[in-house]
Amino acid sequence: MKSPRKAVWLAVAGVAAATVALSGCSGSSGGTGANGKTEIVVASLQPGASAASLAAFNTQVKTFEKQNPNITVKGEEYNWTGTTFAAELAGGTLPDEFGVPFTDSKTLANNGQLADLTQYITKFSYGSKFNKNVIDVAKDSKGHLYGIPFSPYAMAISYNRADFTKAGLDPNKPPTTWDEVETDAIAISKALPGVAGYMQMTSANTGGWELTSATYSRGGRMESTASNGKVTVNSDNDQTKAALAYLAKLRWTDNAAGSNFLLDWNGINAAFGSGKVAMYMSGSDVITSLVQNDKVDPTNYGVTVIPVDTTAANAGVLSGGTVAVANVKDTPAQQAAVAKWIDFYYGQPQVNQAAAVTQAKALQASNQIVGAPSLPIFDKATYDLSQSWIKPYATSGLLANVAPFTSNIFSENIVPEPNKHTQDLYAALDPVVQAVLTQKNPNVDALLKAVDVKIQALIDADPDQAAIK
Amino acid sequence: MTWVRRGGLANLLFLLPLLLIFGIFSWWPIIDSFVISLQHTNFVVTTWANPFWSNFTFVFNDPTFAIAVRNTAYFAGLALVLGYPVPLVLAVIMSEVKRAKGLFSVLAYLPVVIPPVVSVLLWKSSFYDASATGVFNTILGWFHIPPQPWIQDPLTAMPSLVLEATWAAAGGTIIIYLAALTNVAPELYDAAEVDGAGIWKKIWHVTLPQLRGILLITFILQIIGTAQVFLEPYLFTKGGPVQATETVLLLVYQYAFQSSDGGSNLGAATALSLMLAACLAILSAIYFRATRGWSQN
Repeated sequence: MKSPRKAVWLAVAGVAAATVALSGCSGSSGGTGANGKTEIVVASLQPGASAASLAAFNTQVKTFEKQNPNITVKGEEYNWTGTTFAAELAGGTLPDEFGVPFTDSKTLANNGQLADLTQYITKFSYGSKFNKNVIDVAKDSKGHLYGIPFSPYAMAISYNRADFTKAGLDPNKPPTTWDEVETDAIAISKALPGVAGYMQMTSANTGGWELTSATYSRGGRMESTASNGKVTVNSDNDQTKAALAYLAKLRWTDNAAGSNFLLDWNGINAAFGSGKVAMYMSGSDVITSLVQNDKVDPTNYGVTVIPVDTTAANAGVLSGGTVAVANVKDTPAQQAAVAKWIDFYYGQPQVNQAAAVTQAKALQASNQIVGAPSLPIFDKATYDLSQSWIKPYATSGLLANVAPFTSNIFSENIVPEPNKHTQDLYAALDPVVQAVLTQKNPNVDALLKAVDVKIQALIDADPDQAAIK
Repeated sequence: MTWVRRGGLANLLFLLPLLLIFGIFSWWPIIDSFVISLQHTNFVVTTWANPFWSNFTFVFNDPTFAIAVRNTAYFAGLALVLGYPVPLVLAVIMSEVKRAKGLFSVLAYLPVVIPPVVSVLLWKSSFYDASATGVFNTILGWFHIPPQPWIQDPLTAMPSLVLEATWAAAGGTIIIYLAALTNVAPELYDAAEVDGAGIWKKIWHVTLPQLRGILLITFILQIIGTAQVFLEPYLFTKGGPVQATETVLLLVYQYAFQSSDGGSNLGAATALSLMLAACLAILSAIYFRATRGWSQN
């Protein structure tokens, strides 16, 4: 038997070892390295990105580090989702730079969950040139700037050109009305059994996102703001009901919506990549992800503007995008470094020919998409100029294939997403979209009324709304 | 000092790692979750809820709460009807098998070894594929039965989830029952045989009474486990279609990670978690009190 004294020391050693082991846990953000350089972790690649896209990104990092010898950049695969943001913020594992969708950026900024970058962004050469409506998503209620918007998109219809050809349709003449989408979807589903001629997303909040887009395209709105700022939820409107009836007809009458009705963003992209969906609604820039993650051949990809009801005064195309922001828990030196990175990676390619060409060349060398359709963050002339710089490096055949979108989008009415409890609204609308696709006669009126009651209660509880008499 | 000389300090120090680990990873989170349930936090700014119980009333007033409770009860009920007797029946049959007992045990336990995410994705993409080319629908086609929607229909989604969950979990319970069956004295079967008992009478009068203690434990463990079902609805359906598979734990997850308010309504999430924990604790206490006499011979 060991003596009590020995046993005590053994126990102390055990506790110490456990403490040391526990203290080894750490987060993923950068800091100040041993060499005195500021280290930042930036999120500029989607999870599952190919080795080629990583190579293109690393080329950009080397160029940046050469220009900024006191900053070390480490790339991290990251895709902002509401599901992980709060946990990563709490756990200290958020990257130092990451992207936040337009729907959430203002809320996070007002919550104090993002770093204030006003002092840096106002000094950017293009700091005062932003389209006011676009830069507004990067500001809090006091007007402070938390990042810069990039890759704004408009909702579009992506389609498989080969499926169009197989169904006897002309891939250069994609549908321009919802009726034509239906006719083409029926033709494709008949010619290619098992393929959904047309489908929309339905789960993880994307069902509500796309239903909102379909509503906008018919002239409806999900939320309205009174002159005193009071926001009213109105998903129970004629245009939303028409959009739902349209989906139900595709599913039950036309049999052209396939057999999987639980599709989120990744799910429908994978279904499109594997040839199970021929046409679907998504952001105009989705081709970048489709090539990186779903092995879609750009020459077989087509995209056109979402059909807009020309007889409805308010009809328009829903737009969104991403804001490049900094981690609120970063040190001032890191925030300054992140601002430089944001300027280099997202800002300069829009306004500086050399930066645009360098980025396009890096992407082209790694077979990544150059020329994905997007919307201007400055004015249309600046956008056109930046597009002309990268035109020689555009992905082969892509510009012609995206022409149905790029030649028509600028004449459309671009409408931002609902701005109050957007994700909650989208989440509440998911089951309504699923209902029309999985039940023959759901009570759509009652379902939409329930959505309005639920989201209105959340909005009314917001301090700014509660203060309005 | 006498206490130290008698080894009291050593005992305490040996106990300390255990206390620390349980304290940090089990007890503290329980206390912390109670505190968080009384707060509003976005991990940068934290304030006390006003009134203190507002997170609880928020949960009660959420129309999805009633749906989640009903669905969870439905899942637990279905799992009890389907999932509880299946492992017992299989274990009894396997215990009667004279040859290749090990092979059957391996086959029964195999689904438990497969990572749950892998098995769910396998079932989702192949077995439950609602097109005519899905595995189950192909088999049904051989008997001229039209393709079924499986997880794509609000009516069939939950039973489909229970079917997969039973397949995935039965192996573990079978192994427990098989181990318990080896402890049943062979003399009891011999005596029953002498009394003229057939196979069914032997099972009813010998096997089941001898397994009573284990059966009572697996019964409550199954209820506790199924009341916390998350993996299947999350991976198969995300709670759809039309909230047909929305469960309490999935709702906790949605509160915690899918809110518009900075991604998290942790107060409501912990409030609902505590309510679930309290319900299960009360249920367990009543169950053990009610069955105290049954588990004794």
